[in-house]
Amino acid sequence: MADVQQIINDVTKVYGKERKALMPILQAVVKIKNYLDDQDLISISKALDLSAAEVFGTASFYTFLDIVPRGKNVIRVCKTISCHMAGKDEIIHAIENTLNVKTGETSVDKKFTLLSTNCLGWCHKGPVMLINDKVFPELTAAKAIEILQNYQEEE
Amino acid sequence: MSKYLVNLSVNDIPVSVPEGTTILAAAKKLDFKIPTLCYHEDLCVAGNCRVCVVEQVGARALVAACATPVSEGMQIHTNSATVRTARKTIIELLLSEHNADCTKCYKNGNCELQSLAHEYRVGEHVFIDLVNGKHRVIDDLSPSIIKDDSKCIRCQRCVRTCDELQGVSALTVAYKGDLQKISTFLGHPLAEVVCTNCGQCVNRCPVGALVEKTYVEEVWNAINNPNKHVVVQTAPAVRVAIGEELGYNPGERLTGKMVTALKRLGFDSVLDTDFTADLTILEEGTELLTRLKRALVDKDTRVALPMTTSCSPGWIKFIEHTFPEFLPNVSTCKSPQQMFGALAKTYYAQKKGLKAQDICVVSIMPCTAKKYEANRPEMRSSGYKDVDFVLTTRELGMMIKQAGINFHNLEDSQYDSFMGESTGAGVIFGVTGGVMEAALRTVYEVVTGREVPFKNLDILPVRGMEGVREAKVKIEGCLPEWKFLDGIEVSCAVAHGLANARKLMQAVKDGSAHYHFIEIMACPGGCLGGGGQPIPTNEEIRAKRATAIYREDEGLPLRKSHENPEVKMIYEEYLGAPNSNKSHALLHTHYLARRRY
Repeated sequence: MADVQQIINDVTKVYGKERKALMPILQAVVKIKNYLDDQDLISISKALDLSAAEVFGTASFYTFLDIVPRGKNVIRVCKTISCHMAGKDEIIHAIENTLNVKTGETSVDKKFTLLSTNCLGWCHKGPVMLINDKVFPELTAAKAIEILQNYQEEE
Repeated sequence: MSKYLVNLSVNDIPVSVPEGTTILAAAKKLDFKIPTLCYHEDLCVAGNCRVCVVEQVGARALVAACATPVSEGMQIHTNSATVRTARKTIIELLLSEHNADCTKCYKNGNCELQSLAHEYRVGEHVFIDLVNGKHRVIDDLSPSIIKDDSKCIRCQRCVRTCDELQGVSALTVAYKGDLQKISTFLGHPLAEVVCTNCGQCVNRCPVGALVEKTYVEEVWNAINNPNKHVVVQTAPAVRVAIGEELGYNPGERLTGKMVTALKRLGFDSVLDTDFTADLTILEEGTELLTRLKRALVDKDTRVALPMTTSCSPGWIKFIEHTFPEFLPNVSTCKSPQQMFGALAKTYYAQKKGLKAQDICVVSIMPCTAKKYEANRPEMRSSGYKDVDFVLTTRELGMMIKQAGINFHNLEDSQYDSFMGESTGAGVIFGVTGGVMEAALRTVYEVVTGREVPFKNLDILPVRGMEGVREAKVKIEGCLPEWKFLDGIEVSCAVAHGLANARKLMQAVKDGSAHYHFIEIMACPGGCLGGGGQPIPTNEEIRAKRATAIYREDEGLPLRKSHENPEVKMIYEEYLGAPNSNKSHALLHTHYLARRRY
């Protein structure tokens, strides 16, 4: 488990302890441990002398600042109209069956979380999904499963 | 405000206003009312509700009058066809997400959205009702405040109040889009977060999303129970604000009529919290002098100075969460409300030949935090809940209306005795700086044998509406037993509104400010601007209520707490002396360090 206090210390060295350091800290924590838990929000609020509610309010606003437990890899399949017409449902079914999860859930081994997302700006190459920060365009069901298998074999 | 004037026209009438003025203020100058919801005089501009939209000739879209500064040559129309259509649609859209079950709503008749809907005669079923599709949460776990998300229009007045005025930020805007909601940390109940129960959000909520928890029915039941002796106490700030609930202009002093009304409501005894305010001064003044003696004569380094006041339950909860390391600095005195409760069920009961369990103590307070305070487990010195029910000024107004009393025609009457006698010093507890002034009037005289050296006893340096004020009082010519204080300049500070309290305590914490005695009131203006006071409350209204309180003080024959004959009597008959063992058992308390989130 990543040491959140260490992350906070590192980021505040660069950005200071003003309110403006809040976003970089939130992003850094999510980058390293994939989501913010209650204790993380409290630690951050203490470090910046902000109210815990304010830190929670900020984190909850941004889709990419998760405040519920996420797997090691977060899959976001585009749900908007171009990708829908290009067959995103098929991709989602394939992923759901492969990982044995429903959209919004995390696999038992905590390796994957499957989410849907709004437009990723790849409408010309849909259907598209994002795994962590990496984009995978022009998906087919088979291609999506193959990509997941590569992630599964990691470590 | 800028010295440069800007010329514009509103509804074709020319007007000149200083640069930086908003369209809203310019229109107000011409007596054109533009409706608002998210706007509040005490808060920064948000511009999110959009009901104040007006037409600016030449502009592409309608502009929000509250958030747009005037510019030279601007032509504004506040009631054009475009404006009317847009405004009505905006109100209808707000209503589509609002639980508009108005007849059953606590704010029925005092709701800004309801008034707008009425004014604009909105149509039925114009937009799909989205309320039922939403996950709605009603948080009624706090003894002070109920939060109902289904009525919230997300104007964010509460969020700005909690942040800007109170520096607490217990409320925030969470999530976004159709999921956006006003939330505490992780959506926890208000009772489990840093909320101080001050009720400033309740006072500013335009709808029924944040309201006080009412105990009116419980109080009627107690009054109608023949086995209960129901005692009512009224806080200092109620008498100068109750009129606003009953059709008077702000700043009207209605003590006598209020007492008559309370008697008509059926209370068995109508008594005054001002009596225990006077008592507080003797207890707290003695505590301060004892602390000073220990620090200056005994050189005891463990003495916690500066000492802070403890009358404001919002302040107490705030310091417990925010500066727990300073809890030893807080006076151990209970607030006047709780001193009254403890004495009503002991001293009063004994003298009247009543049993404590047969007495019901009701408080009328300008405050929602008092409801929480009365529920604190420490507040059971009599062996029972010392104060049974706390009503706000607004709830008292409601009871008077329910009872069908024509308040305007009532005769004045006097508080019952005993525990009904008070001095001007007790009355000014209701205004920021008042406890400090009352304490100085007594402490100075105790120590020197002379009156405090201010004309007509008015200690002007501690008065006013500045957020943090300082005063120094030099003590000279002390009586022999107080010789150690001779030549000492007592350094005092006063803060009101918790955002100011935070600033002041931060300065004390980092060593940049040094004081002997600090008065803090949680609400802006002190109790007269309390969360339980009539709606609306704003700077102008607070100033009028403050003037009324000082008039009340001037008009009383006794203006120093130690001269209150009933206070002298209770020490002779019952308590012995200030800070005696008996005083400690009944009139003092302790505090609890709490989490900061």
